[in-house]
Amino acid sequence: MAEKILMKGNEAVAEAAIRAGCRLYFAYPITPQSELIEYMAKMMPKVDGVFVQAESEVAAINMVYGASGTGRRVMTSSSSPGISLKMEGISYIAGANLPAVIVNVQRGGPGLGDIQPAQGDYFQATKGGGHGDYRLIVLAPSTVQEFADMADLAFDLADKYRNPVMILSDGLLGQMMEPVEFKPSKTKEEMEALDKQHYDWCMYPNEDEPNHHHHEINSLEIDPLILEQHVIKLGKKYDKIEKNEIRYEEYNISDENEVVVVAFGTAARIAKSAIDQLQEEGTSIGMIRPITVWPYPYEAISNVLHEKVRKVVVCELNLGQMVEDVKLAVNGKLPVEFLGKVGGILFTPDEIKAKILGTEGE
Amino acid sequence: MKTEIISSGFGGQGALTIGKFLAKAGMGDGLNVSWLPSYGPEMRGGTANVSVVIADRAIASPLVSYPDILIALNQPSIDKFGSDIKEKGLLIYNTDMCPHGTKRKDIDVIEAPMNSIAREIGSMKVLNMVAIGIVIGKTGLVKYETLENDLTGFLQKKNPDLLELNLIAIKKGIEIGKK
Repeated sequence: MAEKILMKGNEAVAEAAIRAGCRLYFAYPITPQSELIEYMAKMMPKVDGVFVQAESEVAAINMVYGASGTGRRVMTSSSSPGISLKMEGISYIAGANLPAVIVNVQRGGPGLGDIQPAQGDYFQATKGGGHGDYRLIVLAPSTVQEFADMADLAFDLADKYRNPVMILSDGLLGQMMEPVEFKPSKTKEEMEALDKQHYDWCMYPNEDEPNHHHHEINSLEIDPLILEQHVIKLGKKYDKIEKNEIRYEEYNISDENEVVVVAFGTAARIAKSAIDQLQEEGTSIGMIRPITVWPYPYEAISNVLHEKVRKVVVCELNLGQMVEDVKLAVNGKLPVEFLGKVGGILFTPDEIKAKILGTEGE
Repeated sequence: MKTEIISSGFGGQGALTIGKFLAKAGMGDGLNVSWLPSYGPEMRGGTANVSVVIADRAIASPLVSYPDILIALNQPSIDKFGSDIKEKGLLIYNTDMCPHGTKRKDIDVIEAPMNSIAREIGSMKVLNMVAIGIVIGKTGLVKYETLENDLTGFLQKKNPDLLELNLIAIKKGIEIGKK
């Protein structure tokens, strides 16, 4: 077993990205994400990688766009206001069918907001944010270990579907230290094999290869009939992702559940504390924790609404965003209640317990 | 077993470092740990604080609302978190910087003049290690050997003299904790 290292989420995801073969990283600093860019600044030169602190988030995402066209593993990261600035570029990357990994260490919004943990970018991440018909694969970690593991997964999914992938984290997971175990770094041979996978679409494939030819990469298609076909093809790709890549965790799910909680990321961690306490007190509560928030595990939720379940409770660090997806999943069969905290404030396990038991305000 | 700790003090007193080395030692002892700092803007003279959880099962929420142990290096830390300590919990505080102490009678309290002890040992930098020592002496939460090992790895090359002072401070803390 690999050695356990006590590390901040921001640093762990950066280290894991490098091990996954990321050698191109472009970003602009912002709290609470800055340890990530700092780690990349320190480590990229040591692995013959490229680190650029861009002049802005807009510049950084466009560097990602360009670099991704070479077929190499590319990453950028930011926190909420900076991610908003990247949205135009993300739409271009999606439109051009390119892989890239974007890490969002969310903070309180809207606007400049504050620097405390929040989940207010759920809509932006899962429903668009940039313009046009596109989808991001969105992964939501809830521990530092999972945050690190998702770097590897994000690059694999980005390559597999030639689609941008976002890791939707938050200030708590970025700043917190927990023990992490890392996978071994990709070997030179594995890196070369990754390169070769991209020769059929990247800009300048290795000229020594037989049948190599240059590819044009673009998101502009002025002929509506051609664009129509392009977008229909994108749609088919998104269908495939929805079919293959839904991930979620079932926590304490059983026939005895009286209430089912749905929460992701940091909110799910706090909900687990509440569920554990209630279990000790003799009340059985289950939880579905979406790991991919797009594609969304609608069926996983509707499948666990057993006979005894009275209601569904959604906990989020926002005014109520994912709750809309949960309502689609529940489809009117049961009441769906919502507990939210905003401004970068976290709820306590007690507040979640009260919401589950219906004793809030007592 | 699950122990929730808040360590708190002025910026520079080493409250966050207390948390880091407790978490590291807990990890070395084979336990699950989490370390969550406050990273917002804090008023000068306020508190820098960290939530640490050490448990033999998976840690759900890393945020400590009601600590089993509060380590307070200054008075604002007691004022801010003292009332949240669990009943029969433990307050360890630095009498040199906490003139008002606590009024609570339902908790264990260990007082130590940590500034004076550190000054006597020879460096104000080791004030926080006295507090860690007290935690170990009183609760046995983490093993001294694991902590010594971590500190040695961290300081032996960088500053062997300071390592020595740190270990003296921890041992002094353990003595106080065991009383």
